[in-house]
Amino acid sequence: MNFRERMPFHFIKLRKFWYALSIVILIPCIVSLFSQGLNQGIDFTGGTLLDLKFKQPAVTEQVRAVLNEFGLEGASIQQSAEDSFIIRTRELTEDESGGVISQLGSELSEVTVLRDERVGPVMGKELIMKAFQALALATVLILVYVAWRFEFKQGVAAIIAVLHDVVLVAGVFSLLQFEVDSTFVAAVLTVVGFSLMDTIVIFDRTRENIRLKKRGELLGDIVNRSLWQTMSRSINTTLAIVILLVALIVFGGVTVRHMVLALLIGIVSGAYSSIFIAAPLWYDFKSLEAKPRTSKA
Amino acid sequence: MRWDKILKLAGIVVVVAIMCVLAIRPVLPGVNWIPFTNLIKQGLDLKGGVYVVLEAVDTPEAPVTEDGVKQAMAVIENRVNAFGVAEPIIQMQGSRRVIVELAGISDPDEAVNNLIKTAFLEFKTEDGQTVLTGRQLKTAKESTNPQTGQAEVNLEFEPDGAKIFGEVTAANVGKRLSIVLDGVEVQSPMIREAIPSGRAQISPYESLPEAHNVAVLLRSGALPVKMDVMEKRTVGPTLGADSLNMSVHAGLIGLIIIALFMVGYYRVPGLVAILALIIYTLLVLLVFAALNVTMTLPGVAGFLLSMGMAVDTNIIIFERLKEELWAGKTLRSAIDAGFKRAFVAVLDSHVTTLITGVILFYFGTGPIKGFGITLSIGVVASLFTAVSMTQWMLHLVAGSNAIHDLRLYGK
Repeated sequence: MNFRERMPFHFIKLRKFWYALSIVILIPCIVSLFSQGLNQGIDFTGGTLLDLKFKQPAVTEQVRAVLNEFGLEGASIQQSAEDSFIIRTRELTEDESGGVISQLGSELSEVTVLRDERVGPVMGKELIMKAFQALALATVLILVYVAWRFEFKQGVAAIIAVLHDVVLVAGVFSLLQFEVDSTFVAAVLTVVGFSLMDTIVIFDRTRENIRLKKRGELLGDIVNRSLWQTMSRSINTTLAIVILLVALIVFGGVTVRHMVLALLIGIVSGAYSSIFIAAPLWYDFKSLEAKPRTSKA
Repeated sequence: MRWDKILKLAGIVVVVAIMCVLAIRPVLPGVNWIPFTNLIKQGLDLKGGVYVVLEAVDTPEAPVTEDGVKQAMAVIENRVNAFGVAEPIIQMQGSRRVIVELAGISDPDEAVNNLIKTAFLEFKTEDGQTVLTGRQLKTAKESTNPQTGQAEVNLEFEPDGAKIFGEVTAANVGKRLSIVLDGVEVQSPMIREAIPSGRAQISPYESLPEAHNVAVLLRSGALPVKMDVMEKRTVGPTLGADSLNMSVHAGLIGLIIIALFMVGYYRVPGLVAILALIIYTLLVLLVFAALNVTMTLPGVAGFLLSMGMAVDTNIIIFERLKEELWAGKTLRSAIDAGFKRAFVAVLDSHVTTLITGVILFYFGTGPIKGFGITLSIGVVASLFTAVSMTQWMLHLVAGSNAIHDLRLYGK
């Protein structure tokens, strides 16, 4: 497909439409984030997670009954296979979790501990704080780098596009009430990296085209041309990464599935937002700065 | 046909093939760094084991001190060594935390309990009989003897302990009484006289701090400060192995599809890209082995994603190459111009990702740190191989004059 010359439509002229589309998609995400929030795992809230495999199939009620003996009525029990359960509960001491496991083993059937995780509430707070610190620092450093290599307004447009992707990923996880843990944080930070990469490839092309611009060529047309020139790359790269991620979801282990899903949503969104949000937004920022000058003239 | 260039290309293919074999097959049984992928440490989430973060907490009898935490760490180290686990990791984090990682342990929960339990204190007579335990000891406190000026430790027993202590001392005057902690003798002072009062002094010590240490040890059992579990992650060996095998399989399937796509879409450059990506993978694995990087599941994800970037770099370069060919350039000048113009975009995108990776490595904890380091190494390796190896090999292919049809280069 040769998008470079054909350019089926004009990105910049249709920008109000893209903005509207993104807003329509993001509204349910934002509403969900504010109303029901994220389903925070024990990495954030603190607590105990037990992933247990029994020798014989069992039902949730049996597990529930044993947990009730220990006063753990509030525990969440998730059956992950006919003989396996993931139990999430308040933080248990070593004695408590040992007691629960041995009691389950004697009342149901022989039990193998696949995972036994205990996180104190302080650790969860630290994780969130460190993640936010890392995000804030990364944002500042990337803005500085983009401002140095490109221009500050492109940095701002890139960060808004990144925010778009982060809100979308977090929003989908909030809507579906999927549990978020520390690997989710890692996934979101990767999405940030990829979205920036997409945006920078496009801005690089814009930078080059502005340097070589013909007399009288409008900025909107230059941005549009740059977007079409990088279109094959945008599609192929996104496709390659999506192939990898889909393979990980289909064939990969269960433990990484949610992380890969977050990456999948975020990377598709990142490719979209770089083309349909970052570049048009930058065009609007530039138009705003140009206006006062034209009115004076 | 330029045979020298074709020979060079064949040479690269052979070297890469040999490296691949060295990476995964034990071809030379006597050489312990082959296969070198075995040198890459697997994290606990992959091979199973337990990860514990312990934090010292203040108690009325033993407030947390720097010394106390250090001693506690030493005690924990002793206990870990008693498990006989290969390559345990015990490290301080900040001033109050101790992180312990034990791999391949059969009963992780029991191991954790052993780490934090208050030690078992025993008093033994010379014939090896346990006469008193830590429960019967009320307090132990250091002081300076007002008459001699020597440092000493004052013991006070509970009433039932005092009675036994009186009998034992009476029967063993002139003999030694061992104080044993977790099976290890702390010291064995001489019994000078019968002590019916339940109050005893052990002396002399070199200094008051030394007496203090012994007193703390006796008072709070094993650990001079109380250690609480802040975080504990146990992964059974089966789950870890399942996750690793499945992720590696999934990654391979994904990579094979990407490789087919690259060849189908980009033709000859696509083939070169595959070779470059294999070199990239070998390089990254070598660096992982050399820098002792521990692979965790998020680490594998970071590595696969940096591979995505390496693929992207090739795509950016080949799209540029196509453009230059369409503009009517000859193959060789199109390769040069394509690389030159692609490099700026590649550099800028790699630097921004590297910024994220390095920040994750420095500020992240646990899984996020592992992700940050593999991503950072991968990004640097991607920049190096895509730009140097791809360009060099493309020039070799073009220079060999073996393929004249420019359509096979994407025109």
